Amino acid sequence: MLSFARKVSIDSWRFTLNKIKKFFIYAGALAILLARSIFWIFASRARKFQILDQMNKIGVSSFPIIFLISLFTGMVLALQSAYQMQKVSAEMYIASLVSLSLTRELGPVLTALIVAGRCGAAITAELGTMRVTEQVEALETLSTDPVEYLVVPRFIALLVMVPLLTICADFFGIVGGYLIGVGKLNISHAMYIKMTYTPLAIKDLVTGLIKSLSFAGIICLVSCFEGLNSEGGAEGVGRATTASVVKSFVLIIVADCFFTALFYFIMR
Amino acid sequence: MIELRNICKSFNGHKVLDDLNLKIETGESMVIIGRSGCGKSVTLKHIIGIMEPDAGSVLVDNINVTKLNGQDLKKFRMNFGMLFQGGALFDSLSVLENVGFQLFEYSDLSLGEIRKRVAECLAMVGLSGIENAKPAELSGGMKKRVALARAICMSPEIILFDEPTTGIDPIMGDVINDLIRRLHDTLKTTSITVTHDMKSAYKIADKIAMLYNKKIIAVGTPDEIKNSDNPVIRQFVTGSAVGPITGY
Ligand SMILES: Nc1ncnc2c1ncn2[C@@H]1O[C@H](COP(=O)(O)OP(=O)(O)OP(=O)(O)O)[C@@H](O)[C@H]1O
Ligand SMILES: [Mg+2]
Repeated sequence: MLSFARKVSIDSWRFTLNKIKKFFIYAGALAILLARSIFWIFASRARKFQILDQMNKIGVSSFPIIFLISLFTGMVLALQSAYQMQKVSAEMYIASLVSLSLTRELGPVLTALIVAGRCGAAITAELGTMRVTEQVEALETLSTDPVEYLVVPRFIALLVMVPLLTICADFFGIVGGYLIGVGKLNISHAMYIKMTYTPLAIKDLVTGLIKSLSFAGIICLVSCFEGLNSEGGAEGVGRATTASVVKSFVLIIVADCFFTALFYFIMR
Repeated sequence: MIELRNICKSFNGHKVLDDLNLKIETGESMVIIGRSGCGKSVTLKHIIGIMEPDAGSVLVDNINVTKLNGQDLKKFRMNFGMLFQGGALFDSLSVLENVGFQLFEYSDLSLGEIRKRVAECLAMVGLSGIENAKPAELSGGMKKRVALARAICMSPEIILFDEPTTGIDPIMGDVINDLIRRLHDTLKTTSITVTHDMKSAYKIADKIAMLYNKKIIAVGTPDEIKNSDNPVIRQFVTGSAVGPITGY
């Protein structure tokens, strides 16, 4: 009995160790892709048309859903906090709560999750199809590095568009909170605006944007890596697309936790 | 000169090439024949360096292909053109952008000049006026011919054709055989063609190499291959079901 228990515990240890090892191997592969992308950003000419095209696909077409989700998140935040705030007659702090939690946390994370689900998946599916139909190899034979031609424009587009979308999300979330706060909870317009801005320091916005930059990097690296390394026909592309979304989500949350802790300790 | 030395390659523990050796002189037209699935496409991919051998080396003009990277690799690949078995056209680009890919990327030509060159290449493969179509709108044989046009667009010194006439009607097939032969005669290109079609092999080859059982078992002129007394080669070139090659 005892030996059985010991065996189970050794097995679970081994399992965990294996998972950790795999995680680091994956992180290493992403780091290599990152290094190659950065190399090609400087070593190749800017493909303006492709970058703009990707910006359009990623940014402009994600805007409506970002708008909707952040607006409603702002409203829900205001309503949910109203329960507690009304008990202590501190309704005006609802505005601060909405603006702070959006700029520091919800804006960047929600935007990143939406972009990962919407554009990350599309990137993986596209690059994955190119991989399994030999288009990536064809690109190489035409003396063009796949990282240079496929990853770099997406990388630049994501690095620009995700922070911009985050700013939009912050703004529309606050608008959502405002609609509920002023429209339903009887906070005055002037008070709401004041309580939105007063607690908001530049550092809240900046930390949020630093987060969203890192999320953009994660989305690009994971989705391109999964796409370029998919194999096994249509089924493989499907698998890669699922993996890309799941892994981006996990890494985004992990990175969020990491940055939040980091900012907490260095800015306290 | 292209030299494959002792190439070994396996996929998931399954050996495809084992100690393969092949030499192709500059300006020569080499045809590789062999059964379906014996590793012909894999061999071509080794020559241009998009697949790495597990062991052995690929030398092109005494440069080791597997050791190249970055800008050197780029420059090296400029000398090559490759037609993939499945075409491998870029779905997101039009025929014009596909065929003129390297011109758009790496030359200073104006759009008009690129259009002219692309139209020229398309005419060579018997197509015209489809510059604005997307690959998804083309038939299988048309895709193959557009891919062929893309491979020859930069007039490379070495061209690899993976089954250029498969899936194309016999008349067009002969036009393409003529084209390959003509490129080779006029531009002195080195060409390596993979095919199953013995008629086109005899037509375009200076030398024919037979890939069998993970190795090159014979290299010879078309006449030598035609009159070979090796039973494996005899069976393959006559296309007979009875002989030493069995299975499947
Ligand atoms: N990327 C790959 N992953 C795994 N196995 C592969 C891969 N590419 C080729 N193979 C295997 O290598 C073997 C040779 O494939 P290859 O495509 O070279 O055949 P081929 O001689 O070109 O055949 P065909 O004339 O039908 O095109 C096949 O058994 C195939 O299963
Ligand atoms: Mg093949």
